[in-house]
Amino acid sequence: MSLLSPEILLVAVLNGVMVGALYALVAVGLTLIYGVLHIINFAHGALLTLALFAVYLAHSQLGLDPYLAAAPLAVLFFGLGYALQRWIITPASHGEDRNILLVTLGLAIIIQNLLLYLFRSDTRTIDLPYASDVVDLQITFVAMSRLIGLVGSLVVAALLWLFLTRTDTGRAVRAVAKERMGAALQGIDVDHIYAVTFGLGTACLAVAAALLIPNFYVNPRVGEAFVLIAFTIVVLGGMGSVPGALLGGLLIGVVESLGGLLLGESLGQLGIFLIFILVLMFRPQGLFGAKA
Amino acid sequence: MTKVLPGLTRRSVLKTTALGGVATLALPGYLRAQGAPIKVGILQPVTGALSYSGQQGRLGAEAAIQEINAAGGIKSMGGAKLEMVFGDARSTPDGGTQEVERMNGEGVVAIVGGFGSSICLAASQAAARYDIPYLVDVGVAETITARGLKNTFRFTAGLNQVVEKGIANLIALNESAGSPLKTVMIVHEDSLFGSGMAKALNDALPGKGYQILSTIPHPTPIRDFNNVVLQIRAQNPDIIIPSNYYNEYVLLARAMVQQRARPKAIYSILGGAASSPRFVKEFPDAANLVIDCNHWINAKNPRAEALKTKIESGGNFFTYEVFNNYSNVLLLADALERAGSADRGKLIEAIAASTFEGHIMPYGPTKFVNGQNQGAQPVVTQVQGGEIKVVRPEEFANAKAVFPFPPA
Repeated sequence: MSLLSPEILLVAVLNGVMVGALYALVAVGLTLIYGVLHIINFAHGALLTLALFAVYLAHSQLGLDPYLAAAPLAVLFFGLGYALQRWIITPASHGEDRNILLVTLGLAIIIQNLLLYLFRSDTRTIDLPYASDVVDLQITFVAMSRLIGLVGSLVVAALLWLFLTRTDTGRAVRAVAKERMGAALQGIDVDHIYAVTFGLGTACLAVAAALLIPNFYVNPRVGEAFVLIAFTIVVLGGMGSVPGALLGGLLIGVVESLGGLLLGESLGQLGIFLIFILVLMFRPQGLFGAKA
Repeated sequence: MTKVLPGLTRRSVLKTTALGGVATLALPGYLRAQGAPIKVGILQPVTGALSYSGQQGRLGAEAAIQEINAAGGIKSMGGAKLEMVFGDARSTPDGGTQEVERMNGEGVVAIVGGFGSSICLAASQAAARYDIPYLVDVGVAETITARGLKNTFRFTAGLNQVVEKGIANLIALNESAGSPLKTVMIVHEDSLFGSGMAKALNDALPGKGYQILSTIPHPTPIRDFNNVVLQIRAQNPDIIIPSNYYNEYVLLARAMVQQRARPKAIYSILGGAASSPRFVKEFPDAANLVIDCNHWINAKNPRAEALKTKIESGGNFFTYEVFNNYSNVLLLADALERAGSADRGKLIEAIAASTFEGHIMPYGPTKFVNGQNQGAQPVVTQVQGGEIKVVRPEEFANAKAVFPFPPA
């Protein structure tokens, strides 16, 4: 079978979509926080690592299946994100955006090193009884856990979109994102909405961690592998745009997959940054960005 | 100033410690005659990217020091006990050299460890300036022993020894099965280690009648191996040779199981996870039958088994870092015993002339040439029934190789 046969290419695209959906879920949280708070959350990668450890511990200590752990952990991480924003990031940054950057960077360092202290740096994995269950698509076998990852990511993104468009709190989030002062004048508690948004972004990470861990591993530096790509997706999709992050994630996944297949895994990463540069040059506001 | 203890003032503390300092300076010979402890530098990266390996290495060194002291210390030096001076190399060459400076200040007689090749290179060079004997625990790079440093020794196998034996053993395994396997695919990480390995394999195997279908490099870390496995499925090689670190090895092995890619053999050389007890425990299915050519103990030696039991009873995995460091400390103790002195120059001579035996490694007679132990060799292990077994060479084997893998 040649590497360029349609079958192989189709499978590579499918691989890309499945990986990209998880990238998208990580990026959705990041872009949401950017869109509303107008800050780059440097702690996003560290929080993802924390979430992966939480899923790992839920499985190893409580015997909880990662998919079952997703919902309670999402609630827990929503609370964590809410608390971080409300009682640590806001007070510590004294209303200055550049301080917020530094506070989130500091949080990242603290979380990462705390995990290093507690768990040492060895890599842990969990082996689930259904880890090698596959679906036979004729042209290829696809691991069940990867399909669940794809569907789960899309469902969470859809739920988030519904929340933002159909609920009062969601409307308040969008109002604050568009015009903070105006929203405050309408009686919206801006600090509360900020914290809710940060909580939502963090909750996305908990779900992403649960979907990711059956096919990945966890160690105190693992979040780094995803956060750079998530930043790229956020810029590509349009900073602050949830649909942009979703499509950007899928696009990056497919580009990475095809690039890896055709140019080799080492050079395949080139494609991602090539697209990134092209978007910055010709559509600096991103694919779905409203304005520059 | 608040007094912490009654009668303990700043002045009285200064006075007594100053007196004590003068006393030790004045009477070094006297103290040594009483069997003063011999300071041994143990250098390991226990923070940073390599911290897991560093932690494991430290375990091995500690076990050896404990054992030597419990057996009465260094007898030719009046039963002097070994005392560990620990240094954290922080996973960087700089971190390593800084700790060598500090250890020199503390008066160590020798330094054991380093783990990574780059740390070993830098630290042994720093140690050479003070004539401190340096025993490399793991770092396999050939350059470590190629610089003509008189203080630097590697008891375990270097890269050339490992690659040469790795290829020879693969060919021997295949021939003993009637040479059924012909095609090879190499999956390697794209830095110095993996690329060097891929080149060595590409140089050696085609001349021996093997066809290399493709050589796939990948970055570290990589997030997904499904495309690599897709290529493996498309080309369907008989043998997969992975050459990468633990995380990537795990992802590759899992993706292969999920995509039902079943080569007739998985044979790695210095595989990142292939002979790791953690991998075997966490992924029994993916690890089953995987073959690795790597540092390993002489599984037939009861003392090796005893050490394994001891390490595992502490809740730790028995990895190559543990027994490599353990063996190096014993090698050092043997040299100290023969030198009968903590003099660094005499110690270097004693190590260079070492014929250290009765150790737990599957090695021939110890003989150092340019700092490299000529008796060192890797062995071939295979995961069988959740255990890491030695399958080659015959004299050290405790199981028969399953080669080629049976069809599923």
